[in-house]
Amino acid sequence: MTREAALNAALFVALIGTALVAQALGEGFIITLATKAAIFALAGVGLNLVLGYGGLVSFGHAAFFGLGGYATGILASHAMSGVPVATLPFTLNGSTEMLAIWPLAIAASGLAALAIGALSLRTSGVYFIMVTLAFAQMIYYLAISWPAYGGEDGLSFYVRNTFPGLNTFDPIQFFAICAGLLAAALGLVAVLTRSRFGLALRAARQNESRVVAVGIRPYSIRLLAFMLSGMIVGLAGSLYADLNRFVSPAMLSWHMSGEIMVFVILGGVGRLFGPVAGALAYIALEHLLGGVSDYWQALLGLLLLAIVIYAPGGLIGLIAGRRHV
Amino acid sequence: MKAILMGAVAALAMGLGTASAEGVKVGMITTLSGGGAGLGVDTRDGFQLALKQAGDAAKAVELIIEDDQQKPDVAVQIADKMIQSDKVDVLTGIVWSNLAMAVVPAAVAQGKFYLSTNAAPSALAGKGCNPRYFSVSYQNDNLHEAAGAYAASAGIGKVFIMAPNYPAGQDSLTGFKRFYDGEVVSEVYTQVGQTDYAAEIAQIRASGADAVFFFLPGGMGIAFLKQYAESGVGLPLIGPAFSFSQDILPAVGDAALGVKNTANWSHDLDNPANAAFVEGFKAEYGRLPSIYASYGYDTANLLLSAIAKADVADAEAFRAALQAADFASVRGKFRFGTNQHPVQDIYVREVMKEGDALTNRIVGTAMTDRADAYADQCGM
Amino acid sequence: MMLLIEQALNGLQYGMMLFLMAAGLTLVFGVMGLINLAHGALYMVGAFACAAVAGATGSFWLGLAASLAAAAAAGAVVELLVIRRLYARDHLDQVLATFALILVFSEGTRWLFGSFPLYLTLPPLLSGAVTLPGGLQYPLFRLALIGLGAAIAFGLYLLITRTRLGTRIRAGEADREMVAALGVDIARLYTAVFALGAALAGLAGALVGTIQSVQVGMGEPVLILAFVVIVIGGIGSVKGALVGALLVGMTDTLGKAFLPGVLARLIDPSAANTIGSAIASVLIYVLMAGVLIVRPQGLYGERGMA
Repeated sequence: MTREAALNAALFVALIGTALVAQALGEGFIITLATKAAIFALAGVGLNLVLGYGGLVSFGHAAFFGLGGYATGILASHAMSGVPVATLPFTLNGSTEMLAIWPLAIAASGLAALAIGALSLRTSGVYFIMVTLAFAQMIYYLAISWPAYGGEDGLSFYVRNTFPGLNTFDPIQFFAICAGLLAAALGLVAVLTRSRFGLALRAARQNESRVVAVGIRPYSIRLLAFMLSGMIVGLAGSLYADLNRFVSPAMLSWHMSGEIMVFVILGGVGRLFGPVAGALAYIALEHLLGGVSDYWQALLGLLLLAIVIYAPGGLIGLIAGRRHV
Repeated sequence: MKAILMGAVAALAMGLGTASAEGVKVGMITTLSGGGAGLGVDTRDGFQLALKQAGDAAKAVELIIEDDQQKPDVAVQIADKMIQSDKVDVLTGIVWSNLAMAVVPAAVAQGKFYLSTNAAPSALAGKGCNPRYFSVSYQNDNLHEAAGAYAASAGIGKVFIMAPNYPAGQDSLTGFKRFYDGEVVSEVYTQVGQTDYAAEIAQIRASGADAVFFFLPGGMGIAFLKQYAESGVGLPLIGPAFSFSQDILPAVGDAALGVKNTANWSHDLDNPANAAFVEGFKAEYGRLPSIYASYGYDTANLLLSAIAKADVADAEAFRAALQAADFASVRGKFRFGTNQHPVQDIYVREVMKEGDALTNRIVGTAMTDRADAYADQCGM
Repeated sequence: MMLLIEQALNGLQYGMMLFLMAAGLTLVFGVMGLINLAHGALYMVGAFACAAVAGATGSFWLGLAASLAAAAAAGAVVELLVIRRLYARDHLDQVLATFALILVFSEGTRWLFGSFPLYLTLPPLLSGAVTLPGGLQYPLFRLALIGLGAAIAFGLYLLITRTRLGTRIRAGEADREMVAALGVDIARLYTAVFALGAALAGLAGALVGTIQSVQVGMGEPVLILAFVVIVIGGIGSVKGALVGALLVGMTDTLGKAFLPGVLARLIDPSAANTIGSAIASVLIYVLMAGVLIVRPQGLYGERGMA
């Protein structure tokens, strides 16, 4: 076991352990925090696919996070009112079943990622950053000004959606669902990055012309990665909606995009468990520093600056050493 | 739906345990930063003043205050924390209706009492009323209804109406139109938190209206009034108290002089409770109280009156004690209707100068013993 | 017709303020290759400096001077302490570091000035409305903003085409190593350009803060619009920033003002109102997407940069 692998295992144990200890102590809110960390880590894992492995700096992943959340909120609210979401081209009824909601949330964010990616990937570098940001902002304003699903006010659905065999109202059981999905996503990304697709994605980042020379179109590879990334982030958004039983345009805001990016970079870009470390650290900082000072975000900002300038490998890079690329 | 909710409550109760028998924990979620901060600060200060004046009687109250930044998602997370971690018995303090809609239904479903110091959207007054939800301030439509009634009685023939696009804004324009019998030439919804009103002012200029009714609380109102004063459009303005409340007037300046607005409270209302409140507030904080401070003050006194009568752990008895509203309101008379919203008089105020300070004075009564339009739909 | 003219003037004024923001952003990218998210924070610094100094001295004009000085100083300090280390880094590090700067600036300002918005009073010289030819009344201050924006655009044009600093900026955009090889003190040039961009942003913040309000976080929505502006105009081009800013300002204002009304002639009025305002709020992003499809490098951008 390498040092990084040991660290990865320790991180996952820390996440699960926090929740279990909190459960034993009856600290429901700590479980909620651990759940939030797991969900944010999942979003980070999604973004890491394009950011870390693909070298594509997307500043618009809140769009997919929010779309996953809105898909969940819309389905749940329609299930309560009994009105179908759509009748054309086929009847789509609301649902409060997570197993029915997830595929739709993933599909919605995947489609959006396909459309946004197709346009944004025509550009590169700093244009790509701004264009992804602008498209996310466009969806944000659409959500604010479209009154059907609450607009600015957001959409409450009061009751967490259900999962067969589990009581999702019980914080620890909902945590188990989120942690399970996080593990699954980590597994998926681990497999993907070792596959031919993953190799091509990384090669396109390092040397685009060589990839073209062996007959692979970097554009298609990147678009596929962008879409997969959007789908994972969309699933995280769906879970986040269930955690709060509420969705609002804030999930789509550019601060959210920045935060997802912070999870990845704080932990370590392009490291499988980077987002897990980053999300855990972020939630812990928010909870601990938030208690010390109302201005905790200023401290977070200074910490981020220090990491960018002195420790570009993130937390995992600090502990496990530089990667051998 | 109801069965699911009951299930949710049972599931939550298992994990959460019960509140401590002695003392009452109160969670106040309000806006303490950003453009709407003035409203939350006054709500908080009014509430705390009442606790301070009550002395030993308030010893039982443990108050936890958090800033919601006027963001619904932040409010939801604070409510979760207060219910799960701090284990509060009563929630209060939310200024904005969109935040109230995100927090209140879930909080009362989890067995917490919610006492509204301001926001009272129509959705919670009619079919959505709840035994654990009380509005101490008003129902959202009330002051706007009174403004409509006033505009009709003042013989204003054509009016331009404007409000932000959120539940209280929609309630506002609905309320105004309920008692106004003239012609509404244009109805405009602006964005919440908007700071530039140049486009709306251009529309007002072109509308041919005789007067403008607007509801823009907090920083939105300040921005609009300042820009309106510079625009050269001279149409008279009317609005609910929120558009000309004490937190707004100093920033707006003389441009507000002479403007009529409707309110269920004013600092010159003549009753002993109000005198004690206004004097106490000036002494404690060195400024005149706004209408939001009066709601916070009344809410705290209502809560204290209920604590004196019943144990919060006995929900039925506590609810009955709240319903009795056995406290001295700064509004003079105060009682709850069947949907646990106030039945009260609504006055017309005018902005004038008192020494150097701009303030409001009562010049008439717009409605007496007004309940609200939704009480009939409430099944309690 | 009067309404159309008034709304067009509103759009023009909005566009000019966007230009002040976008000009600095695009210069910094063009010369240093840096993406600066903290540009909105400098806008906020300018507004707060103006409000604080105008409040203390009672003079709006001193406040305005303070906004230029404070934003330029904040820009120079940030450049020396942080930004300087980022030129050689990839865009990801730049994005994260400047995002971190936003947090530091916002919370620092909140700590210094509190969470209440501040309000500025217009100078008597520029308050009230004037009657334009044709009988339209329009606020004098907004008219002055349009004039000032145009003057600054012209000034920037002169600066870039006629002065030594301008020559170096153009040379820096064309070939960074070459400029250094010619013996120009590249570090000082970078600090100067960054401070210039910051001063323009600070001025915009003070002017907009005067008609609206001065509060923490006020720079963020404007920053994103400035990004849209320079994507449309082409990164690095000041001319592109001007054209892009006016396009965005006009499209946004006129779209919001007239689209619901136009739609109402085609479909049911209440539906037209909601659909119209929803579409109007994303119109500028549609515009941006359209430009990207036709010219991925923006209207005045060079092909190599996209």
